[in-house]
Amino acid sequence: MGRYVLRRTLLLGVTLLITSVVVFALTQVLPGDIATLNTSQFASEEFKEAFREERGLNEPVPVQYVTWLTSFVTGDWGNSFNRGNPEVRPLVLDRLSNSLRLAGMTLLIAIPVSILLGVVAALNEDSWLDSIISIFSLSVVGLPEFVTGFVLIEIFANNLGWFSSTSTSIPDGGSLTGWLDVLILPALTATLVLLAYITRMTRAGVIDELKKSYVRTATLKGLPQRKIIFKHVLRNALLPTITVIAISIGWLIGGLVVIERVFNYPGLGRELVTAVQSQNIPMIQAIVMLIILTFALANLAADVLYAVLNPRIRLE
Amino acid sequence: MTEQHPIIEAQSVYIDYRLKKEWLNVIHDVSLSINPLEIHGLVGESGSGKSTLALALMNYLAANARVREGSITFAGENLLAKSTQQMRGIWGSRINLVPQDPLASLNPSYTIGDQIGEITRRHKNLSRQASQERALEMLKKVKIADPDDVLNRYPHQLSGGMLQRVTIAMALSTQPQLLILDEPTTALDVTTQAVILDLFRELIQDNNAAALYVSHDLGTVAQLCDRVTVLYGGEVMESAPVHDLYANPINPYTIGLLASLPQHASETRETRLNTIAGVQPSLAERPTGCVFADRCPVVIDQCREHKPPLETMPDGRLMRCWRWPELERNELGLDRTPIALDTSQEMQDKPVIMQADQVTKTFGEQTLFDRLTGKAFNPVRAVDDVSIQVRAQSTVGLVGESGSGKTTLARCLVALYTADEGNIELCGMDISRELSNRTTDALRNLRMVFQNPNDALNPYHSVGDALGRTLHVLSNGTISRQDKRKRIVELLEAVRLTPEYAKRYPAELSGGEKQRVAIARAFAADPALVVADEPTSSLDVSVQAVILNLLKDLRAQQGAAYLLISHDLDVVAYLSDQIAVMYLGEIVEFGDTEDVYNTPSHPYTEALISAIPSPDPTQKGSEIRLEGDVPSARDIPSGCRFHTRCPRKIGAVCEQQEPPWVNAGDGHFIRCHIPIDELREMQANKTNPLTTEEQA
Repeated sequence: MGRYVLRRTLLLGVTLLITSVVVFALTQVLPGDIATLNTSQFASEEFKEAFREERGLNEPVPVQYVTWLTSFVTGDWGNSFNRGNPEVRPLVLDRLSNSLRLAGMTLLIAIPVSILLGVVAALNEDSWLDSIISIFSLSVVGLPEFVTGFVLIEIFANNLGWFSSTSTSIPDGGSLTGWLDVLILPALTATLVLLAYITRMTRAGVIDELKKSYVRTATLKGLPQRKIIFKHVLRNALLPTITVIAISIGWLIGGLVVIERVFNYPGLGRELVTAVQSQNIPMIQAIVMLIILTFALANLAADVLYAVLNPRIRLE
Repeated sequence: MTEQHPIIEAQSVYIDYRLKKEWLNVIHDVSLSINPLEIHGLVGESGSGKSTLALALMNYLAANARVREGSITFAGENLLAKSTQQMRGIWGSRINLVPQDPLASLNPSYTIGDQIGEITRRHKNLSRQASQERALEMLKKVKIADPDDVLNRYPHQLSGGMLQRVTIAMALSTQPQLLILDEPTTALDVTTQAVILDLFRELIQDNNAAALYVSHDLGTVAQLCDRVTVLYGGEVMESAPVHDLYANPINPYTIGLLASLPQHASETRETRLNTIAGVQPSLAERPTGCVFADRCPVVIDQCREHKPPLETMPDGRLMRCWRWPELERNELGLDRTPIALDTSQEMQDKPVIMQADQVTKTFGEQTLFDRLTGKAFNPVRAVDDVSIQVRAQSTVGLVGESGSGKTTLARCLVALYTADEGNIELCGMDISRELSNRTTDALRNLRMVFQNPNDALNPYHSVGDALGRTLHVLSNGTISRQDKRKRIVELLEAVRLTPEYAKRYPAELSGGEKQRVAIARAFAADPALVVADEPTSSLDVSVQAVILNLLKDLRAQQGAAYLLISHDLDVVAYLSDQIAVMYLGEIVEFGDTEDVYNTPSHPYTEALISAIPSPDPTQKGSEIRLEGDVPSARDIPSGCRFHTRCPRKIGAVCEQQEPPWVNAGDGHFIRCHIPIDELREMQANKTNPLTTEEQA
């Protein structure tokens, strides 16, 4: 088991190293001259040259990469190209913590609900209940997030008045209810997207497992149905679902651009789009690296969990 | 003997399955009862409904099945009236199942201890701690090696034989009144099977239980059961005490079934197996007459028009046949023994057609990670320096337990695996170890028939396409369309299929028919050697007989040689001129079939032969039992590879030195330290070797 985790962690390091090259290369091939983009339109050529010199933009590319990577790893993520050149780190970390909160909230809703729906659908395979669950989850996944988002706002914020419709007022230091108020509607919107995937995976997993002989053995041991499903079947059926959830975490951290726009939520995705639009290279690099890191960590966690649940992997 | 009340009694049971909105009748008017302490055998081919019936006796039916009529009484209670909820109190506590495939029947994610303990926690209200103690006690009872260790292991870490012991331990841990054994030894090697059968007998008696033993294997049934019920097409054909049934079968189906067994070499080597013509009727159209009428050799008009009733004969036998009084008096002259056939030509005169020298194949690669961490590299030595030759128009049988490397060797020969080392010569020409370097000629001359015909045929190609494609490739595309069509018809006829089969798809064929097509494909281009890997092990006994006969006929007609791989020594003995016995990647004995079967032989061969369950209940088992499993091919024992399990081990020399390849005369070789004469003497006097200690 230790070997397995060590191995996975080493692989994760290699992955991150390769992606850092790609991230750095991408920012190199972006069109436009960085000095021109980031100085006043009236700046003289000397001023631009000084800007390049100061930022190390005249160094050979490999040197620039190594300089960038070393400072990134040591915690110096550089200064934004925005007005006033604020430091990138505090801003990005703040956005990251917002995104993590939203992702956490989403998973908290999505995982139990969709697993439950998947199990119910599987146990009633091909019945009307199964059809209803399938049709519901597939139809909401088909709707774009700005549609489901606005529908949820209309119902829960405007009509019922249970939650806020926008998230401009992120509570400082955060009272729990304050956070809940802000998070629930965007999290629900993201849940509706994930619901179909996880439900379908769970349903397929449970149906597959129910056909296996060990379920018959468990039944003929006289175990109660509840125990057969929750102890014997789910443990094996959820293995593929875990992978799906881990992959969705990457999307929840960096891909919620539309939802963050609709709810005006200050997450990483929205920040990334703004940074790309203004060619704010230090911001792009930091955000993309963070998204990849979270994604990789989520997958590592999934691999470890997978191994914990599956002795065939753990004991190899 | 006092009047006994049966522990379970089924009376006139009818079971239907709902398929495509129609009810299909799969079990028809079946009655069966089992007394306490009795082991009742339920025999039938696949599709006879034996598993359905066995599970129905537990009141456990598939969601789309129903018991339409009849009653099942268990210990005086009407079982069919009970709800699933009530059944959960009986399952696992009073009626227990020992399932067919122990690996699939255990949850891969929980330890053995947890899974055995679960049943006593549920039914005996034991604490977790107490349930583990009970589990340990049960594991000791089933004589598993290293029970404390097994408790904390997961199913994938144990061998098939150990897993089957685990399921037995589980089933017995609540001391049930009835055990349902659903083909519990099918997945096991013959040596393991023999040990497990001994265990059943012992444990069933110790526990005062009764058992239903479901099997398609007439040999194990003869060895284990007190009474046997023969099922065909969902109907009881005959039910009798085991001695009566085997010594004097009366129902034509039972007679046919027993006659189709390939028995020991000496009696039947040069014979043809009796077969039962035709196939089981489709249950969609259950005949109005006798269900066996279409295949019965003594059928009369009455059989086709009216179904015979299930009658009780004067000796207590249950019988479903109109003609049993005549059959009982043996007036119909039904052949009960295999038919004699011409003897073949002398072995030594035939030229060697395939010669493989010093073939070695290892599996496993050292990963980069292992290399970095400096872990010792330990590959699996599946085939270790093996030489073997096959003569023209002869058959070499290759036998051994699973893990002996016999399939790997075969795959190396046909280049499905690339051997690491070794020379392979075919028809006097060296052929490459690599498939991509083999000439069309080599491919044409060396063909393979696989174990599972279901996987060997592409489901989207019709039979004609499959054969045509092979003909096309092996002729380098030179065959004309007409010739191809003609050849396909010839091939189908050679394997006793009508030309219409060319248009059919694999899904429309039975298992036996698929295997015939696979054999036809192997013979498509007049091969010199056909490697057949367990060609009949996935087939029913009666179908097996048909295929074995077919292989024998084709050898004579087409002049091909076979390398026949099987774990079933009866099958090998029936078809082979010579036998090679493999153990842990090495050939331990080679010789003519008679020589290998007679003394002297390698102690491993001796044990293999002795473990075959005889389909004659009067021949009660043999004395030699191999304990434990084949050691891992990653970690091959020093000296003689067999010394860890050998019942005739003579001492330190076995552990330290590799045994010599001793000539026992007439091309018969044995790899053993014991001098040939001593070996012969020991075996001739039936000196009973001490059974080995349980292996760790």
